[in-house]
Amino acid sequence: MLTNNRPLSPHLQVYKLPLTGILSITHRFTGILLSAGLVFFVYILYALADGSNTYAAMQSFTSSLWVKLLYWGFIYALFFHLCHGIRHLIWDAGKTFDRDTLNRYAIIELGASLVLTLITVIILSK
Amino acid sequence: MEFRTPLARARGLGSAKVGTTHWWMQRVTSGALIPLTFWIIIFLDLSLNAPYQETLEWLTSPFNTVCLVAWIIAGFYHAALGLQVVIEDYIAAEGPKIIAVWTVNLGFLLLALIALIAVFRTLLIG
Repeated sequence: MLTNNRPLSPHLQVYKLPLTGILSITHRFTGILLSAGLVFFVYILYALADGSNTYAAMQSFTSSLWVKLLYWGFIYALFFHLCHGIRHLIWDAGKTFDRDTLNRYAIIELGASLVLTLITVIILSK
Repeated sequence: MEFRTPLARARGLGSAKVGTTHWWMQRVTSGALIPLTFWIIIFLDLSLNAPYQETLEWLTSPFNTVCLVAWIIAGFYHAALGLQVVIEDYIAAEGPKIIAVWTVNLGFLLLALIALIAVFRTLLIG
């Protein structure tokens, strides 16, 4: 890849990412995971359209602990991506760019995504 | 000898192209997806836990059908737009980049079509 010996700026690994940076890359990472989850969503819809037998087979597959864990991971990723996405929309409006506000909103965002996931767990598992 | 002005070169190969539409549609779909999150979570919960008839009745209720179809259109579009940015950031070579972007775009178009047709087939059952 490297075609000349021009000096490079220090690469990403030498920096300690601040919380805002960690959230930023997590937003991208959850976006990729959610996109991958869409394949599974299509499988669920296919099972539903194919009739009660395929639906039952799908449910016996999804009742395993691993799939349940993936499912709740998907829900958390969804809420994280939602909360950070809302912050992107606020940034697009040109607001909340000073450092203190960035850090405060970072905490709020993390808290909100956890609380939303917990509320969903509580409502859905009753 | 390069006779073209910098502006002419920028017009042909610059970064601009159709970036505004991409950026704008990413925001528009994200706005649509905020309220629609509610329906996708209900749908996933029903599909993984509820009996066939219950999920069928939920999906065939007109308002739920509209919201799920809207989520599919906005969600798959949003995913393809997002993954395109990720690809463009990490794949530098022009050829592989174009192939990857179009594979993702066409792949998600196909997935969205499968999802939509599955919904319509489910409506015929219910």
